[in-house]
Amino acid sequence: MAEVKLLGAWGSPFSRRVEMALKLKGVEYEYIEEDLADKSPLLLKCNPIHKKVPVLLHNGKTIAESLVILEYIDETWKTNPIFPEDPYDKAMARFWAKFLDDTCMPAIWKIMWSKENQREKAIEEAIQHLKTLENELKDKKFFGGETIGLVDIVANFIGFWLGAVQEASGMELVNKENFPVLCRWIDEYVNCSVVKQNLPPRDELIAFLQPRFSASSWKY
Amino acid sequence: MAEVKLYGFWPSPFSHRIIWALKLKGVEYEYIEEDLSNKSESLLKYNPVYKKTPVLVHGDKPIAESLVILEYIEETWPENPLLPKDPYERAMARFWIQYGVDTVAALRAFYHGSGEELEKAAKELLEGLKILEEQGLGDKKFFGGESMNLVDISYGALGYWLAAVEEAKGVKVLEPSTLPRLHAWAKNLDELPVVKENIPASDKMMAYLTAAMNRLAKN
Repeated sequence: MAEVKLLGAWGSPFSRRVEMALKLKGVEYEYIEEDLADKSPLLLKCNPIHKKVPVLLHNGKTIAESLVILEYIDETWKTNPIFPEDPYDKAMARFWAKFLDDTCMPAIWKIMWSKENQREKAIEEAIQHLKTLENELKDKKFFGGETIGLVDIVANFIGFWLGAVQEASGMELVNKENFPVLCRWIDEYVNCSVVKQNLPPRDELIAFLQPRFSASSWKY
Repeated sequence: MAEVKLYGFWPSPFSHRIIWALKLKGVEYEYIEEDLSNKSESLLKYNPVYKKTPVLVHGDKPIAESLVILEYIEETWPENPLLPKDPYERAMARFWIQYGVDTVAALRAFYHGSGEELEKAAKELLEGLKILEEQGLGDKKFFGGESMNLVDISYGALGYWLAAVEEAKGVKVLEPSTLPRLHAWAKNLDELPVVKENIPASDKMMAYLTAAMNRLAKN
């Protein structure tokens, strides 16, 4: 039996993405929790370049970078495909996954790190990107259609972490009034069984995030 | 066979990536030059999210983001494969393509920098390229082995484009003394007919970059 291990961190959306994919495909794996404040020799050996989680180990070979891992998982285990089959639809899925990671999420983080006088501009930018994302959803149940796909998996930060960040920081970016379609997706998403099983405990996540926002530099 | 169109911008390495991939696959396409200071309705229609080039339109279906386009090209025209067959080797190729996104950020900082910032950017770029050379390229002639593949395509800017920026800035980063193997790789890449015949003439490139940098400096 091929050996699959995953180096991850309980609070990391990137790590949880990979778990969701493995669980969707019924792949047995050994999970190894990493303390990112005290990185293990194994992590440093398996991901010497970035020193981050997640890292997938399969048959002794290591793969880092969550999007690269998701592509590998879909190619290696064919049950319950995550990527669409049609090359154009696949390209669209990759486009939106990149949009989430390269544009949407960094804009949200930028708010957290911004100085007070730049915060409004940062918020405007993030809202613009979230609107773009919401437009892509339109009247689909999930980004992947009737069932969750790559984009839904990659959007786990929006689906779950954003709510926790909002509660920990006291800042509300997304609500049912300004983002009705996105909120509808969020509700469907967190209630989806494979997603539900792969989320960190909400209270623990909020408790973990809170210290970041109690620093005097953050006032909202 | 559905028509292929490429909306590009002649000085941009991102556009050049797509041209090389299409040529390597022998795909016939119509090239449409975009004036990025006066974007066409078509561009805005086909890439409403980023409003940038390159955009590939196959039939009536548009695809934006050069790395996404490259994967699409690879899947749609499987002749002359540009990615390994083995899933693990593909993952490694994709890892290094993804690493290149950091490299592009470092190249941008180098392009935009001056004075102390330029020095810092040059140092960071060098450090990043050392990892690429040692662990990405290793002893191979190309990232794709004996011939170029998507990884080589994604790093194409390190040849002709970086050389032009280095000359304009008067600062060298990619040299035989600092990055011998990567420097040799860049030279080999620029000599390949598909690259050599599909990049702007160096004097035209220099003139464009110098003017662009001067405009940036004024702002």
